[in-house]
Amino acid sequence: MKPKIGVFSFTSCEGCQLQVLNLEDELPALLGQIEFVNFREAMSEKGEDYEIAFIEGSITRESEIEELKRIRERAKVLIAFGACAHLGGVNVLKNFHPQSTWLSSVYGRTDLFSDTISTRRIKDVVSIDFVIPGCPVDKKEFLRFVQGLLLNIKPILPDYPVCVECRSRGNICLVEEGKWCLGSVTRAGCEAICPTYREACAACRGLVEEPNIESLCNILMANGLSKEEIQAKFNLFNGLEVIAFPP
Amino acid sequence: MSHDIHLHHITRIEGHGNIVLNIREGRIEELRLEIVESPRFFEVMVKGRHITEAPHITSRICGICAISHTSASVKACEAALGITPSETVVLLRKVLLNAETLQSHILHLYLLVAPDFFRVGSVIPLAKTHPDIVKRGLRLKKTANEICRILVGRHVHPIGMTIGGFTKMPTQKDLQEVRKVLEAAIPDMEETVRLFEGLEIPEFNRETRYCSLHDEGEYALYDGTLYSKDTPLTEVTQYREFITEEVIEYSTAKHVRSGDNSIMVGALARLNNNHAHLSPEAKETAARLSLSLPCTNPFMNNAAQVVESVHCIYDSLRLLDLLFENTPLPPSSGTEFKHLSGTEFNSVPPKIIRAGLGVGVVEAPRGTLYHEYGVDERGMIQSVNCIIPTAQNLANIEKDIRAIVPMILGLPKEEIERTLEMLTRAYDPCISCSTHFLEVKFVE
Repeated sequence: MKPKIGVFSFTSCEGCQLQVLNLEDELPALLGQIEFVNFREAMSEKGEDYEIAFIEGSITRESEIEELKRIRERAKVLIAFGACAHLGGVNVLKNFHPQSTWLSSVYGRTDLFSDTISTRRIKDVVSIDFVIPGCPVDKKEFLRFVQGLLLNIKPILPDYPVCVECRSRGNICLVEEGKWCLGSVTRAGCEAICPTYREACAACRGLVEEPNIESLCNILMANGLSKEEIQAKFNLFNGLEVIAFPP
Repeated sequence: MSHDIHLHHITRIEGHGNIVLNIREGRIEELRLEIVESPRFFEVMVKGRHITEAPHITSRICGICAISHTSASVKACEAALGITPSETVVLLRKVLLNAETLQSHILHLYLLVAPDFFRVGSVIPLAKTHPDIVKRGLRLKKTANEICRILVGRHVHPIGMTIGGFTKMPTQKDLQEVRKVLEAAIPDMEETVRLFEGLEIPEFNRETRYCSLHDEGEYALYDGTLYSKDTPLTEVTQYREFITEEVIEYSTAKHVRSGDNSIMVGALARLNNNHAHLSPEAKETAARLSLSLPCTNPFMNNAAQVVESVHCIYDSLRLLDLLFENTPLPPSSGTEFKHLSGTEFNSVPPKIIRAGLGVGVVEAPRGTLYHEYGVDERGMIQSVNCIIPTAQNLANIEKDIRAIVPMILGLPKEEIERTLEMLTRAYDPCISCSTHFLEVKFVE
């Protein structure tokens, strides 16, 4: 019996779903091993008999809470799929502004779509079994994860920082060049793709278990960033995480 | 004849939308294309952030057209800061935009539209009955993903595109690799044209206002002036004279009009406006698909996407020739282009930060995409406006549905539903994109 999978999308750009479709070489073989029963972006059939639910996106409306709870009841395994589901992601940036301004600034009135709520992570609403992190998810990591499910091996995320992968790729360190980068406290697994393209790591995969925030802050402040600017960088993807910034 | 049709969460489109249609005694009593995607409030999210972060944050508006959002964003930032990117940078951005257009059209044609023509529910059964077709679609989609990987790290969400240029300039070897990938795609593209030659397109015509960028020198995707047949050419900075937006109670995406007219944007609109500038191969494709331009059948948007896909491949090969011509380095492996100064994301020198207002407009796969930012003297964003292609098409889709329903009323309910879904899907709506925006306050 092939495991039955549902892919569900809440508030997001749907880019993580697209990463699944971006597995062009592997997709035909993958479809021989698993069965998608619900994947609205790709198919018309809407099955309710899924065992494994991949949840993309954050929760930002009252109606989404009910729908997510319904999926949780049906699914044996529920996975927070991508940074919006895992951390809230960029959707959390709106939480830093007063709720009263959201609707008025977009629609010019506040009587429409008023069930909008502050952005929540999936784990704030239902229990989750696993996380596939990243903005977007790394498609190879998704593939390893599915292979694990098929072989009944519990997937493990690396608990070392992006710096480890970045060094092993021989990249020049952005922080040593006097710039900002959050790779030293961010969970690896992305092969340090952003610093490899000379772009700062913005911690889209979340933080390692014991991040040395104080040490990173000291270095970034020496590079000319203010405490507020450093916090703002963490807020890009980790606005809901409790981070112990030095006083 | 009476029908209550409520297509809840139309499938095989990007995002969440419903069609509500009540027909009583052969007349439409109620018709709504409801957009129920959750609003994301990007203009709120970006406000108060540093301008150098805008391209990365706004790329997250849409996973499918991330390159388009990033392109419109860097252009708006550059306009606000008074930065002019080099010719090399512009050529590379055009290659990337072509790649995204190709990838998006192929995704739509093979994975979302083709199942309708073969009367199956999705690409998954299609992969069983017609594996060669599905594999070819995936190969072509990969072409575009490969180009983005080589040049900017990945397609969702591009890493290397930044204000003024790229965080890491490609090498000549990278360009050679891109050329190889494009050339390898030509036979699959040829087969794609053949496939769509044989597909039946419903006969339905309704004239509307076709809007797009326009350029006298080339097929406008990256740059140009705002154009429709019935309005004066409009500079992008004056876009509010070209289109207006309105809030619709049942749609979390706003509707867009030009004067009193609903408008159509996207592949068919661009072809209607700019077909003279297509590559010869794309012109030939249009003829083979019986696409005589201008064309007023919205179902032909799918054929227009095939034509543009062909154009994107051949136009990128032309752009690569220009890039090789412009770069006086020997094409040996590992030779890097000269790095542009002041182009790196986290090293934009403070001296170039200034207060300003900037508009950036590109043709995304689904139509004209507008970003506008106002920044203060510290580079902090004070105002944001983004207008998304799908929002521009919504009013027009509703009008099309109103016009086609009387023609298909005699059909069984399932056929009416199928036709309406096909019509909506022909526009390739990208709904999660179209539900976040709009603010009209600016820095004084």
